[in-house]
Amino acid sequence: MKLVIAMLMDGMIYASWLFLIAAGLTLIYGVMRILNMAHGSFYAIGAYAGASLVGFYLAGGYPPWGAYLVLLGAAIFSGIIIGLLVERGLLRFMYGRDEVVMILVTYAILLILEDVIKLAWGVDAYFAYQPYTLLGRTKLVGLSYANYDIALIFISASICFLLWWGLNRTRQGKLLQAVIHDRDTAAFLGINVTRMFTVTFVIGAVLGTFAGALTAPGISVMPGIGIEVIILAFAVVVIGGLGSIGGALTGALIVGLARSASVHLYPEAELFVIYGVMAVVLAFRPQGLFAIATARKI
Amino acid sequence: MKIATILLIAAAIAALAAGLVMPGWLTFMLTLALAKGLVVLGLLLLMRAGLVSFGQGLYYCLGAYCVGIAGDYLQTQNALLLMLLAVVACVALAAIIGLLLCRYRDIFFAMFSMAFSMILYGILVKSTAFGSTDGFNVKPPLLFGWTPGGESSPMMAYGLAVVAVTGVGIFVWNYLRSPMGYAGEAIRENEIRVEYLGVSVRKVIYIKYLLAAAMAGLGGAITALAAGHIDPEMAYWTTSGEFVFIALMGGTGHAAGPVLGSIIFELLRTYAFQISPYTWQMILGTALLAIILYLPKGVWSLVERITKRIAA
Repeated sequence: MKLVIAMLMDGMIYASWLFLIAAGLTLIYGVMRILNMAHGSFYAIGAYAGASLVGFYLAGGYPPWGAYLVLLGAAIFSGIIIGLLVERGLLRFMYGRDEVVMILVTYAILLILEDVIKLAWGVDAYFAYQPYTLLGRTKLVGLSYANYDIALIFISASICFLLWWGLNRTRQGKLLQAVIHDRDTAAFLGINVTRMFTVTFVIGAVLGTFAGALTAPGISVMPGIGIEVIILAFAVVVIGGLGSIGGALTGALIVGLARSASVHLYPEAELFVIYGVMAVVLAFRPQGLFAIATARKI
Repeated sequence: MKIATILLIAAAIAALAAGLVMPGWLTFMLTLALAKGLVVLGLLLLMRAGLVSFGQGLYYCLGAYCVGIAGDYLQTQNALLLMLLAVVACVALAAIIGLLLCRYRDIFFAMFSMAFSMILYGILVKSTAFGSTDGFNVKPPLLFGWTPGGESSPMMAYGLAVVAVTGVGIFVWNYLRSPMGYAGEAIRENEIRVEYLGVSVRKVIYIKYLLAAAMAGLGGAITALAAGHIDPEMAYWTTSGEFVFIALMGGTGHAAGPVLGSIIFELLRTYAFQISPYTWQMILGTALLAIILYLPKGVWSLVERITKRIAA
C-alpha cells in the first residue's frame, strides 16, 4: 500500500513537471507546426533567470515570501524577451518551410542559446533552494513530501485548465482554433495570423521559462539542463499526439507514472522506460494518442 | 570502370599517401571525420527519400560498443573481424526496428528513430558492466596479425577509414543511379504515385534503412578503433543531431557531400573550440542557420556550380 501511494505521488509530481515543460512545446506545434527544439533552452533560461534573481533578492535581505513573486516575474519577463527575439528576429523569416527544416532551424537556435546562456551566467551552478525549503514538508502515510512539489501539482493543473479555458472559452482562443484548422482560410476571414503566431510563440516561450523557473529551486541550475529536458518533453508530446493540450496531459501522466513505477520497482530501467513507453504507444497509434487525422495528398 | 570511380580511387590513394606525412593530430581528426562521413552517407540515402533520422546515433553507438565488447569477451582484436561484427549486429537490429519505422514519415520518423537511440543510451548509462556514463577503453586492434604499436596505430585506423569511405562512397554513388536509388527521390516527391507505379515504397525504405544502419555501424566501429574509448554519449540525441547537421552542411545532392561536410564540420568544430571554447556551439548554430538560408543544397552545390561554370 505504502509503495503504491509512493509510486502514485512521485508519478504525479513528475507528471506535473513534465506537463509544465510539454505544454509550451505542444502549443507552439499545434498552432505554428514548428517542433521547437529551442524550447529546452527557454526552460534553461527560465531556470537561470529565476535562480539568479532569487539569489539577488534574498541577498538583499527582503522578506523571503517575495521570492515566489520574483520567480514568477523572472519567468514571464525572460520568456517574453526571448520569445519575441526568436520569433520576430528569426523564425518569421522561415515560415512556410518544411517541418523537418524547421526542426533544424530550431536546433540551430538551441545551439546558439546554449552558449548565450553560458556567456550570460557563466558555467558555475546556481542554487536557489530557499523557495523550496520555505514551504516545509508534509507527512503522508509515513512518507515525507516537500510542499513545494505538491504545490507543483496544483500549479500544473491550473495551467492546464487555463490553457483549455483560453482555447475553448474565449474569443481569442476560438480565433486561434480557426488558425490551427486552416491558416489560409483564417487569414481570408480577416484574422491577423502573423500576430497570432507571435502571441502564441511568446506564450509558449513563457510556459517554457515558467517551467524552468519553477524547477530551479529544486535542482542545481547548470549548463546542459535544457538539452536533457527537451528530449523528455518530445517523448511526452509525441505520446499524447503533437499539438494537443489534452494529449500533453495524458502523455505526462503516462510517462510520469511509468517512470515512478520503474524507479520504485526496477531502477535500472528508469531512462529506458520513458522511451520504451513512447515506442509502444507509437507502434499502435502512429500519430500519438490524441492527434487529429490528416489527409494524404495524391 | 567509370572515370569518377577511377578519380575517387586515385584520391583515396593520395589520401593514404598523405597520411604518411601528416601530423598526428590531423590524422586523428580526419579519421574521426571520415568515420562520421560514413554515418552521414547512410543518412543521405534516407534523406533522399525525404526521411530525416534523428537517431543514427543508435547504430553509431552500437557499432562502437560491438567493437569494444567483442574485443573484451571474444578475445579477438582483428580489426576487420570486429568491423564486420559491428555491421552484422547493426543490420540485425535495424532489420527488426526497420519493420516498425518504415511506416512513419516526416517528424514522426525523426522522433521515433530518436526514441530508439535514447533507449540504447538509457540502457548503457545504467549498465555498470560497460562503465556506465564513463564508457570503457577499447583494446588496440590488430590487422592480419600485424600489431601496429604506438606510432602507427592511428595510421591503421586512418587507412581503414579511407578504404571504407572509398568503398562505401563508390557503392552509394552507383546506388543513387540505380532504379532503387531513384525510387527514393520519387518517394520524397509523391509516395502514392510511386505505389501506383507498382513499386513497394515500404520495401525501398526498408532497404535504405538497413543500408544506413550498416554504414552507421561501420562508422561507429572505426571511431571506436581510432579513439580507443567509447561512451554512451555516442547514442545521445545530440550526436544524431550532429549527423543531420553534417548532412545538411555537405549537401545530399552527391555522394561526396557527406564526406566533404564531415571534414569541414570537424575542422570548424576544432577551430571554433580552440578560438573560443565558450561560444563554439554558437558558431556552429550560426553556420547551420546560414546554410539553411543561403546554401539549402549544402557546400557541395558550390562545387557543382563551379564545375558547371568551367564546363560552360
